[in-house]
Amino acid sequence: MILNQILFYFFALLAVGSAILMVTRRNVVHSAVFLISTLLATAGIFLQLQAEFLFVVQIILYVGGIMVLFVFVIMLVNLDVALRQIQFNRQKYVAAVLTLVLAAQVFFALWVARAGLNLANPADKMPVRNTEAIGDAIFQRYMLPFEIASVLLLVAMIGAVVMAKRRV
Amino acid sequence: MGHLIPSSIAPYVLPVVYAVVIVAVLPLLAGYIVLLERKVMADMQARLGPMRVGPHGLLQPIADAVKLLLKEDIIPANADKLMFWMAPLVSVTMALLAYAALPIGPAFQIADLNVGLLFILGISSLGIYGIVLGGWASNSHYSLLGALRSAAQLVSYETAAGLGLVSALLLAGSLSMKEIVQAQYDQGTWFIFSVPVGFFIYMVGSIAETNRAPFDLPEAESELVAGYMTEYSGFRWSLYFLAEYANMIIVAGIATTLFLGGWLRPFARWHDHFPGTSLEFFDVIPSLVFLAAAGYCFYLAPKQPVQIQKIVMAAFGAACLLLAGAMAAALFASPVVMAGIHGAFWFMAKVVAYLYAFLWFRFTFPRYRFDQLMRLGWRFLIPLALVNVIDVGVAIILRQELGWSPFWAMLLMTLVTLGIAMWLASEGSKPATTLQPADTEI
Amino acid sequence: MTKGPTTEITTTVLGADEIILNMGPQHPSTHGVLRVKLKLDGERVVDSECIIGYLHRGVEKIAEHRSYQQFAPYVDRMDYVAAVSNGLGYCEAVEKLLGTEAPPRAKVVRTILTELQRIASHLLWLGTHALDIGALTPVFYCFREREEILKIFEKYCGARLTTHAFRIGGLQYETYDGFEEDVKRFCNDFEHRVDEYETLLTENRIWVGRTKGVGIITAADAIALGVTGPVLRGSGVKWDLRKAMPYAAYDQYEFDIPTRPTGDTYDRYIVRMEEMRQSRRICLQAIENIPSGPILGKVGKVLKPPPGEVYHSIEAPKGELGYYIVSDGTTQPYRLRVRPPSFINLQAFRKMAEGALVADVVAIIGTIDIVLGEVDR
Repeated sequence: MILNQILFYFFALLAVGSAILMVTRRNVVHSAVFLISTLLATAGIFLQLQAEFLFVVQIILYVGGIMVLFVFVIMLVNLDVALRQIQFNRQKYVAAVLTLVLAAQVFFALWVARAGLNLANPADKMPVRNTEAIGDAIFQRYMLPFEIASVLLLVAMIGAVVMAKRRV
Repeated sequence: MGHLIPSSIAPYVLPVVYAVVIVAVLPLLAGYIVLLERKVMADMQARLGPMRVGPHGLLQPIADAVKLLLKEDIIPANADKLMFWMAPLVSVTMALLAYAALPIGPAFQIADLNVGLLFILGISSLGIYGIVLGGWASNSHYSLLGALRSAAQLVSYETAAGLGLVSALLLAGSLSMKEIVQAQYDQGTWFIFSVPVGFFIYMVGSIAETNRAPFDLPEAESELVAGYMTEYSGFRWSLYFLAEYANMIIVAGIATTLFLGGWLRPFARWHDHFPGTSLEFFDVIPSLVFLAAAGYCFYLAPKQPVQIQKIVMAAFGAACLLLAGAMAAALFASPVVMAGIHGAFWFMAKVVAYLYAFLWFRFTFPRYRFDQLMRLGWRFLIPLALVNVIDVGVAIILRQELGWSPFWAMLLMTLVTLGIAMWLASEGSKPATTLQPADTEI
Repeated sequence: MTKGPTTEITTTVLGADEIILNMGPQHPSTHGVLRVKLKLDGERVVDSECIIGYLHRGVEKIAEHRSYQQFAPYVDRMDYVAAVSNGLGYCEAVEKLLGTEAPPRAKVVRTILTELQRIASHLLWLGTHALDIGALTPVFYCFREREEILKIFEKYCGARLTTHAFRIGGLQYETYDGFEEDVKRFCNDFEHRVDEYETLLTENRIWVGRTKGVGIITAADAIALGVTGPVLRGSGVKWDLRKAMPYAAYDQYEFDIPTRPTGDTYDRYIVRMEEMRQSRRICLQAIENIPSGPILGKVGKVLKPPPGEVYHSIEAPKGELGYYIVSDGTTQPYRLRVRPPSFINLQAFRKMAEGALVADVVAIIGTIDIVLGEVDR
């Protein structure tokens, strides 16, 4: 319905606009903040698709965890050097041309397949709720990959702590 | 009234009304919690607290708000203007946004999300950006360090608090806030009695998450590293302050919903356990409380020194009387209305009780040093929370698979968890940084 | 910066991660205008330097141009938290120079007032120390008790803080009607007040965690640095001038000298709490029988002590407070030098702060119990 469409275009514009602003800012902290708003907009789109668990996890993990890490690192590292660098390098015209070519290709692909492009009608009543469906999938069907991923993360965490550890 | 509202916007009317009510009432509520804090602080410190502005300081929050609004807005010279403007806004927005999923009554909830609890936790974790960006934007080395420390503390204790919540979640079986309260009603017991250790973990985690004493090192005045709020003055500072108290109310609200039965009256299912008897007099308590408050206001009114204070006190008494009348009238209205109004009363009462504990801790305990704070979070609270989750799982299995009674299963696993907690605490009290005494050569 | 001996941090080369942090003269926790320069390696203090003198008023120079009685009010302004003790030390030093003694009644009343002042000084220390570490409540309780003592002082000599309670040769004012009752009532109430403070702090995990192992100074270091008072007794050295070289009426009363073995902040806290109890004990014993008699000895109106020098020290609440007076036979001293306990104890700060964390610096400054009026004079 109309509200759905308005919300979708709002989130989509927010996402694309924030992404463009992110890559064009000189101030790195501003870029990080615009990345945050891009991720939040994508989370909004997830919510529209009735994937509420993904919506919340995107916020908690991506924006509330990974971006916090990014922001910490940005603030602790000396950025004066970055501010003095040239923002756009000399190959910008070549890059612009290539980008236009790529954009043309993407638009052509979308145009060819335009019949299949419409906002999906969300199912009226999901048989199993989102969180439980994901929980079932992770802990029953995909248990082994899940455990391997957790061990991998644990190894990475231990490695990071060992490498960074120094006596306070 | 249904036919006055077109059906296309009918589902949105009540949530919008609730949202407006919450956004309008919250600053006032936060202000009065500040006044409560000052009076409780004074009481614990053998003083009286604010007494002049309004009778017994009752109009102090309004005076403070007006003063803050009129203050000069100072921006440091080299501050990042965009971030400086945005940081308090982020804090306040996130704090207010979390109220969307908080169930204040069975029907008084802006949005009953499927993943309501996770939503509130996620939005609370976004509040960190307000702090970090605020510290950055101040263009002061010490503000930045204070902000980063505060953020590190918040992130660490969020994990612990979340794990504490998981233990109650295992019993509830759903992430929807409404269903969690419903589960407490169905199981006939508040979850604080089933998982007391989980409640304790969540309480400690929430104190640290809201930067309250004894975990308020980033905010303390007598510490060397200035806090992130240092460069903010006037209205911007009051936004941060509002965000902090709104956060406190949110964490109290989560604790109330998860552990204290939400909007349920104490002994809500008495008539199921003991048919024939009823504890309906519990339903009279809301109006009695307000009646007592009104009586106290009217008793104090003639004793105020200044005429205007007498009038204001009498007005407060009249307001309490109105509320008492509303509570009593609700008894005779439909059960839905009564559940709604009384539910809101019990919810706020439990939130205030939880916040009273916050205030109590602030004025009793000294402050933790930052490294002790982090050690407590990572080496005591998170392991304990993990153990607690496992134990609650075991208790549920004992209950469902082996048919133990809920009481004994929970009791056993609580004792096991407490034993592990004591072991962890004794591990932690061995000092990790042993400072060597100075050597004898001068 | 003036070039000085090797204690100057600015002349050393900074290592890779080292920064210099300045705790400026204006800071809520430095208990006055003390400036502390810390050289930090990350979170740890590698070296420190205390820069004092912001409150220097030239008291010792002023003494050379005042008669002995005229100078007596000046001593109150040095350790303004415990003015009565300053007065006691000064009057006894001049009496020693003159070769007289105060009459017994004056000695006993002096003892009572000085012990009350010791309790008041320790109460202020406890309140501010706890406040620095984050306990917001004990300061109000301590000031409530301190208020009672200050009321007694006001009734006795008219002033609460800078009392000028004693005169050379004895006392000026007779004790007021109800003095004994007031002191007795205070002492009786005070017992469970100290227990109240202990309940809040002594067994509290957070308090113990913030004070145990922080700011350790060994007995040998303390003696070598000349530290006295509760700081010395907290390191295990049982030295108290009230027992070692009794003055006033201390030899008539029974009391203990609390000591603790380790020399960290927690031990100094326990020592001072116990000292408050012992002071109360002395007051109760003294108030039982105050001898009757004159309150002022035979000291002339114009004081011209014979040429000579004297050093007399007392156990002030902060440590050994000494007065070195050189007389040249005139009405004004030739030289008056004060040995301020806070100044000498502050030297221990450098040793204590070595290896401490930045957050502990505040606790360490508090535990030495300095008053800048005494440090700078």
